[in-house]
Amino acid sequence: MGELARELPVSRPAVSQHLKVLKDAGLVIDRRAGSRRIYQLDPQGVGALRAYLDRFWSQALTAFKAAVEQGDEEVS
Amino acid sequence: MPATDTSVRASIVVDAPIERAFAVFTDGIETWWPPEHHILQADLAGMTFEPRAGGQVYDRGVDGSECRWARVLAYEPPDRVVFSWDINTQWEVETDRDKTSEVEVRFVSEGTDRTRVELEHRKLDRHGDGWEQVRGAVGSDDGWAVGLRRFAAAARAT
Repeated sequence: MGELARELPVSRPAVSQHLKVLKDAGLVIDRRAGSRRIYQLDPQGVGALRAYLDRFWSQALTAFKAAVEQGDEEVS
Repeated sequence: MPATDTSVRASIVVDAPIERAFAVFTDGIETWWPPEHHILQADLAGMTFEPRAGGQVYDRGVDGSECRWARVLAYEPPDRVVFSWDINTQWEVETDRDKTSEVEVRFVSEGTDRTRVELEHRKLDRHGDGWEQVRGAVGSDDGWAVGLRRFAAAARAT
């Protein structure tokens, strides 16, 4: 967390507050390593949306291919 | 792919000229968009993709309602189109542009009757909180595994 605070134009407590919001939102997870606290993006968080959209776009593009190859009657 | 990746990529090759692939993707969006994927209260009557940068993509309900869920950010026929994804994790229209992701679609000609379509849905981290619902949707019976099986079957059939 100290590394993040050094890079940002806000105070260390402010960084701590922002990280807490991100953690409560399920976007990051943290762990303690000695005196340090390590934050990383929660793979379960963004991962869930990614998995959903992976599935969605696979289906959508398959349907798109069918529509494109169907002939010209549906798009002028 | 690393766990911190905030994009989803997909691609497909279609047996059609690049101009037609572009036209069907945009003007013809309602001929292929999965019809259950809309957030109107009413049943879906149709979809409109406005063919210009600054335009919008919107769904129309059978009751006359509209849902404007995307802004057209780039419109470059027949090579490229970019639109925003203004839907939040509660399946509502997101009005805060800082919390929207974007979809870029590139069309690459591989011959007179063959086009590769490459799609990237990126900046997904901007959608913020509320992942539990999305996670639930993915974990349901109609999740991921079913989608992949359908995709594989469709790919074999063509």
